[in-house]
Amino acid sequence: MTTIRATNLHKRYGAQPVVQDVSFELAAGETLVLLGPSGCGKTTLLKMLNRLIEPDAGTVEINGRDVHAQRPEVLRRGMGYVIQQVGLLPHYTVAENIAVVPKLLGHAPAAIAARTEALLTRLHLPPARYAGQLPHQLSGGQQQRVGLARALAADPPIILMDEPFGALDPITRASIRREFRELDELRSKTVVLVTHDVTEAFELADRILLLDAGRVQQMGTPRELLFRPANDFVRLFFAAERLALQLRVLTLGDVFGEENLTEANRTTTVHEALEQLTGAAADGSDTFTVAQLMAAFGEALQREEDAWKR
Amino acid sequence: METLSALFTFWHEQAGKLGEQTLQHIGLTAASLLLAVLVGGPLGLFLSRRPRWAPAVLGLAGVLQTVPSIALLGFLIPLLGIGPKPAIFALFLYSLLPIIRNTLAGIQGVPPAMVEAARGLGLTDGQVLRQVELPLALPVLMAGIRTATVINVGVATLAAYVAAGGLGEFIFGGINLNNPVMILAGALPAAGLALAFDALLGGVQKLSARRLRQTGAALLLALPLLAGAYLLPRATGKLLAGFSPEFVGRADGLPGLTKAYGLTHLPSVVLAPALVYEAAHSANVDVIDGYSTDGRIRAYGLRVLRDDRRVFPPYYAVPVVRPALLREHPELRPVLAQLDGQISDSAMTELNYRADYLHQDPRAIAEAFLRRRGLWRDARPAVPGAPVVRLGSKIFAEQYILIEMYAALIRGQTDLAVEIKTGLGATSICFEALRTGAIDLYPEYTGTGLLVLLQPRPQVIDSLGGRPAAVLGYVRAEFRRRYGLEWLAPLGFNNTYALLMRGQQAQALGIASVSDLGGYLRK
Repeated sequence: MTTIRATNLHKRYGAQPVVQDVSFELAAGETLVLLGPSGCGKTTLLKMLNRLIEPDAGTVEINGRDVHAQRPEVLRRGMGYVIQQVGLLPHYTVAENIAVVPKLLGHAPAAIAARTEALLTRLHLPPARYAGQLPHQLSGGQQQRVGLARALAADPPIILMDEPFGALDPITRASIRREFRELDELRSKTVVLVTHDVTEAFELADRILLLDAGRVQQMGTPRELLFRPANDFVRLFFAAERLALQLRVLTLGDVFGEENLTEANRTTTVHEALEQLTGAAADGSDTFTVAQLMAAFGEALQREEDAWKR
Repeated sequence: METLSALFTFWHEQAGKLGEQTLQHIGLTAASLLLAVLVGGPLGLFLSRRPRWAPAVLGLAGVLQTVPSIALLGFLIPLLGIGPKPAIFALFLYSLLPIIRNTLAGIQGVPPAMVEAARGLGLTDGQVLRQVELPLALPVLMAGIRTATVINVGVATLAAYVAAGGLGEFIFGGINLNNPVMILAGALPAAGLALAFDALLGGVQKLSARRLRQTGAALLLALPLLAGAYLLPRATGKLLAGFSPEFVGRADGLPGLTKAYGLTHLPSVVLAPALVYEAAHSANVDVIDGYSTDGRIRAYGLRVLRDDRRVFPPYYAVPVVRPALLREHPELRPVLAQLDGQISDSAMTELNYRADYLHQDPRAIAEAFLRRRGLWRDARPAVPGAPVVRLGSKIFAEQYILIEMYAALIRGQTDLAVEIKTGLGATSICFEALRTGAIDLYPEYTGTGLLVLLQPRPQVIDSLGGRPAAVLGYVRAEFRRRYGLEWLAPLGFNNTYALLMRGQQAQALGIASVSDLGGYLRK
């Protein structure tokens, strides 16, 4: 079922076109990553979805309804919103920040409190310790988790995220990303996420929309973008990190054949398998060595590329 | 040490007045601040939404800030009369700039990401303002209010000039009387108030944003209450007097008058000397103090109440000369004597009116007067090498006119040359110029000669009893003895303190003298 449908969106600032004729459809529960270099129009595109920016032409429909059919506040209360600078209100406690939208929606205080507590617990911020703290008392990673909790508080079906991990150091960033991926809360949500980080996009996306100078260069799964680039821009965009991305895209199922593996192992990426083999957690129970894995990976890669060439 | 004990004595004696003035001071400050917050806050908000207007509005508020306070009050009197209205309005104008600017700066200082996040969450514009922008701008806004408060406590002293009360009454009374104790008696509590307000608001500013919101609301509620301090009942009576601070303070002013005439039931307000005539003219007050030959008496249709018990010391104008001048040129004596007793109070008032209000040239006024009296002679042709008579005057119109008269008489009736040195400033400068021979003659007033130049012991002054002839006799003898200078004969008018009323009102009430006034008030 289509949740978000953008049709022929245009936006220009003065003579400068920022978004040119962008259309896409997003099914419920899908995660779409808007990817591209700085100034490619990805943030503008995101903000058109919740009307923080109005398009010059084109329409956005949410669940089949034009966004202009409702008041912007009402529209926005139905969509979680997370931004890079977090934007926590500094004079509100963590709990109050999380409660903003449910309060606007008129939820009962008891329900809000229970929800806040549950979210904080799930995001590894014990409520007893953190609920009453002010944002400036938290680390950057903790603030970003609160920002995420705030977006999830009213359980909106859609979450918009603008470079949500952009302000964090690489280590915190990787760990929060992992939490984010494993968060049940997000599994069922339709997510639109803006990033300029290729690795992040590959790790989180069901589909990627790659933009340059306001135009869609390619939209598809990470595997499609990597192995069947639509044009030179797409190819070059991933060139620098090609190997790392291939390790993340191919699964053990791809390299060893599905029939040789247990159910759980099939969807494990080569990247993850390598981490396990070389990491401290390696327990010798693996059925293959690094050398075997890399050899199989090479063959699989060859097969993929041949397959796309045909 | 002496000053300190005198200060405490003063406070002790004037405790009631001190309390009243302090309350008035707080009331003025709070009322004007409340207005400024109510107007400046929304204006600052408006500017944050329409930044294009900001330079114009802030520029205008800045210009208002640079208008000298006494000038601003002067502009406001014709519009708002005297009393608290012009004072509060002036203070309001002065506090606008810091409040507008800090509101604007506070709102603009809220990180755009914060506002966008709030909008993205679904807050309406109004909710963004109330829940995000205002709370985050509040510390800066409070700093603006704090600045405005301290400015206002200081400027509110000037309220005493427009009969709005406050601690300025002591301060300006003290300045006019050259009484440091009285100045301190008003200035110290004013400074204390400024410090106290500053500390209080400084404490408020340090509170967390959350507490600040509550405290800010509480303060906004408290302001009208404080402003209410101003509305404490004030004495009322049949007539209202407006007096200059000097008059209220000096012994031969209001205190002497009250004692001699039993002037009870005459509530009074304190006004800047420059404003009393205006206030009487526009019927803001009924009785004022002034000088008996001021041109504004004529201009505003005021009546001088006769000082029938002679409380005000006589200030008869008399030319004072160096005797050497008359010895060398004996022909001068009859020439100068032609003006003796020739100018009455009303005549001098008329002449001053021409100078101050019709802006006629003193020389032309002098000529017209002499022609009317048949004393005018065209100037004789200049004689080369003729001796020069140097005439001096203080810097105000009355003296310029007198000196032009003497110059015309000398030029028309003798072969002597005349040099006029106007603008010798204060009494002491004129007097020193005469004593050292830099000038030969200037018009002086008997009261000034007695109280300012001779400064005899109080017993001597009492023994003279304010009788014009006795005072003139005393200064003439003492000047001759001490300085070898000669007082000639009085010109006729007495430029002294006087109580004045609007002519029409005085006539309607049948009041011609200060005794009549006392009688009317007691009725």
